[in-house]
Amino acid sequence: MSVLRRVVVVAIAATIVTGLCSLAYAEAPVKEVVEKASTVQWWVWPLSLFVLTFVLGVAAVLGGLGGGTLFVPIVAGFFPFHLDFVRGAGLLVALAGALAAGPGLLKKGMANLRLALPVGLIASTCAIVGAMIGLALPTNIVQSAMGITILGIVGIIIKTKKSEYPEVPKADALSTALRINGVYHEVSTGEDINWKIHKTPLGLGLFILVGVMAGMFGIGAGWANVPVLNLVMGAPLKVAVSSSKFLLSITDTSAAWIYINNGAVLPMMVVPSIIGIMLGSVVGVKILAKTKPAAIRYIVIILLFFAGTRSLLKGLGIWN
Amino acid sequence: MENAEKKAVATEEQLRYARLLSYGMKIGMAMLLISFAIYAIGILPPFVPVENLPKLWNMSVHDYLNAANINVGWSWLKLLNHGDFLNFLGIAFLGAVTVVCFLAIIPILIRKKDYVYALIAALEVTVLVLAASGLLKAGGH
Repeated sequence: MSVLRRVVVVAIAATIVTGLCSLAYAEAPVKEVVEKASTVQWWVWPLSLFVLTFVLGVAAVLGGLGGGTLFVPIVAGFFPFHLDFVRGAGLLVALAGALAAGPGLLKKGMANLRLALPVGLIASTCAIVGAMIGLALPTNIVQSAMGITILGIVGIIIKTKKSEYPEVPKADALSTALRINGVYHEVSTGEDINWKIHKTPLGLGLFILVGVMAGMFGIGAGWANVPVLNLVMGAPLKVAVSSSKFLLSITDTSAAWIYINNGAVLPMMVVPSIIGIMLGSVVGVKILAKTKPAAIRYIVIILLFFAGTRSLLKGLGIWN
Repeated sequence: MENAEKKAVATEEQLRYARLLSYGMKIGMAMLLISFAIYAIGILPPFVPVENLPKLWNMSVHDYLNAANINVGWSWLKLLNHGDFLNFLGIAFLGAVTVVCFLAIIPILIRKKDYVYALIAALEVTVLVLAASGLLKAGGH
């Protein structure tokens, strides 16, 4: 059995197991859920979280998504943790991934500081607002809104056509004034690619929304960063993906502090999740070098669709 | 000369930022792993007994704080003699890395007379410090 097949089998098994755990509690009222949850040994949950996040780490790399985007809806949907703690953990998971990837991307010039700084300032400020809104709103509203957002992300993943080198006829006045441009070395062709951006005011405006959503749902924002940087502002795909990853380290830091300071961080959830997803990412990168991840992409889409639907129905009180 | 400049893909400030981020990430992760081992093995007793966690982690944060008698903000600093709260040192360190990176590039940007980006970096530090300060409280639900 190939490594890829093994990973797929483990991913499906982990999903089924966590799904069944969740279904066992599906019909029970809150008090009963608490009692049932207490009958399971406490260490089963962090251990399950570690196994699941390891699988998510592999799937996130192969599916081209940030770990937080998969983590929050799946863990919120199928584990007994309250959404407040899941979002806090999701932000820290996404933050750890971004901090780990950032140095390499910056050194190679793939992530661009001049592009990320103005965007990061807007997104991180708005992420604070989003985090405060998310912690203040009733859970069912946040859960429903998150479900709709996750289903929207599925739509974005399926529909959006990414552009390797978007055509930017002329840099706009703002990006020219801020000197947001650069050159990176494309290893596959051996060329140095010069790039510039346009529609900067529109792009910066969109990052207000991206920041609020990242803070409110704790799902990171790579799924939104990349389309805005690449398709709206015209950054080459590799620069957009790399700068987006780096950008998460800024956006998620501000939102994570709001969750930390409001008590929504449980080390017993956070640390196993961070370790699991980072180990999974390392394995995912190795598998990625050997395989075409198209099949995994479909599995990720199905997982997200299922988790998004679950979140929406849970928020609406249809599937508790 | 122009070609040489073009191939210098990462600027001085970008490289400094990357270097500090790399150190910060490694130190933060090491702190997290060590403190979690102390917590999991039980070297330091936790503030919230681990066997009580399943009764608490499905509550909203507001109810959890009341039930576990935990204060918000930086009050965890007073509880570092407990295994669970010891983990907050590593978490807070990871949350502080980006602030340090931004502070470190401001002098380079000023030296290069890149005042706009120095201002952006300073504003970013202000935003992150404000978020970390604990002054911003979310209304409980």
